Amino acid sequence: METIVLPHLPDHHLHVCLFVKVHNAQFLRQQLLDGNVDFEYAFLDAAVLLSRQHVLAACFRAINDMLQDRLKSKNVHSEIVFSLSPNNNISDSFRRFGVSEITTEILAVKVGNDQMQVEEHLRKHVEGQAVPFTDEILTSIRNEARIQRAYRVETSSDQADAFIIGSMALKGS
Amino acid sequence: MTEPTSLSLSACSHLPIPFNTSPEPLELIAQGAESLLYKTTFLFPSQPAALKIRPVKKWRHPTLDKRLTRARILAEARVLVKLSGEGIAVGGGGRKVKDPKKGNGVVGGMRGLVPAVLGLDWEGGWLVTEWIEGGTVKEAIYRVSRARTMGGSGVGLSGDAVVEELRGLLRKMGEVVGKLHACGVVHGDLTTSNMMLRPFGTASPQSSKPEGHDEASAQLSTGPAPDVDQPKSTSRSQTSLEGDIVLIDFGLATQSVSDEDRAVDLYVLERAFGSTHPREEELFACVLDAYAHGEGSGMNGKAGKTVIRKLEDVRMRGRKKSMLG
Ligand SMILES: Nc1ncnc2c1ncn2[C@@H]1O[C@H](COP(=O)(O)OP(=O)(O)OP(=O)(O)O)[C@@H](O)[C@H]1O
Ligand SMILES: [Mg+2]
Repeated sequence: METIVLPHLPDHHLHVCLFVKVHNAQFLRQQLLDGNVDFEYAFLDAAVLLSRQHVLAACFRAINDMLQDRLKSKNVHSEIVFSLSPNNNISDSFRRFGVSEITTEILAVKVGNDQMQVEEHLRKHVEGQAVPFTDEILTSIRNEARIQRAYRVETSSDQADAFIIGSMALKGS
Repeated sequence: MTEPTSLSLSACSHLPIPFNTSPEPLELIAQGAESLLYKTTFLFPSQPAALKIRPVKKWRHPTLDKRLTRARILAEARVLVKLSGEGIAVGGGGRKVKDPKKGNGVVGGMRGLVPAVLGLDWEGGWLVTEWIEGGTVKEAIYRVSRARTMGGSGVGLSGDAVVEELRGLLRKMGEVVGKLHACGVVHGDLTTSNMMLRPFGTASPQSSKPEGHDEASAQLSTGPAPDVDQPKSTSRSQTSLEGDIVLIDFGLATQSVSDEDRAVDLYVLERAFGSTHPREEELFACVLDAYAHGEGSGMNGKAGKTVIRKLEDVRMRGRKKSMLG
């Protein structure tokens, strides 16, 4: 579990935890579908994440849109999932970047709240192994083909990250 | 009572959300007619970034002002993202620009030669891009121009060696403009302050690099690394013009493959260069030669020669206009 403070957003701490070998994704997804308020997280499918920078760019956009009162989805957590998408289709973004029933690598992001509480809650409910949120580990678990499909690029994700992050930032323009 | 009119003061208090409440340092680097450029950070405390804001213009009608701000921020960001996707985006990220030079070794040629877009807010009027190390080409030319003066008095390089270095730099300028044009984009405001000279090996590891200029090959080919401490007056001037040219400031850029637009782009650069660097003006031919013949240009060959011919017309018109006006 790591707490990240984005340089210009000191009041919106990000509590981030990367899990591998998760085997209760179905349960986690159900909590989101039920709107269980104890599960206000962005649960991201880590196989479609490029890098820490990729994730943080989505978080910045979601928090900024919240501050400007123009969230397109329910709350800042669903907005982080939506922010990863290069297009405006919300349910499509959940399908591509959110947790599904068979997801085994999950990045959980919580905006705000107490770190201890978040960590305890996640460890209790996510059945999987917590690993450090590093570029190396993200690289090792990512699915090139899915990333290429999601962002419509035809090359390795490392060369495409500027284009991918730029496309996310331009979404909705 | 009159209002205090210090621009930089009023500008700071008018930073857009969330930068207006940020504890992070924002260093004002440049203040243009329409925009302010800050050096700051964005996604990581350790990663410098360039924040461009377009402050509200009080004298303009608010609706019009909002529309113009939005249009210019978006124009710049769209072109930057398009260029960073050259050769890798399926379908070219939108309408595909038809260009005979494509697929000729320079596909993806601008990737890594423009700053990566990290974030923007077209309503808030800001754009954050990757910070480019090394300073502008304008500063670099001023620097060697001083060394050239000193060369005569036995310090630093001989005048000839400096001129050779300058020629090399100007050739790189011509090639990068050729690459840009071959990607179907004209810049609209080419000057030596809208070109950065990024020393080899200082590209952000997160951003994609152009083919053939990864860190390893750069270090093999360039002798002393730019950050190695060397006595500045001698070896610094020998390596000071090495690096990649990175184009910035795309607020006036448009997608075009017209010879006329391309020629005007070169003409704007020629005029700006002449007035900013009068001492080096005679060397400008190197830019045009590299544009039309340089290996890395993308406009080398027939297309480039047509643009150079067109440039003659554009110059003529420019002269007539200045005779009339
Ligand atoms: N990404 C960057 N990295 C480093 N320095 C930058 C970057 N972008 C801009 N600068 C510096 O700031 C100066 C001004 O930036 P830029 O040319 O984009 O703005 P401008 O001329 O004020 O813009 P505009 O003409 O669109 O109003 C540049 O000449 C350069 O010195
Ligand atoms: Mg400029």
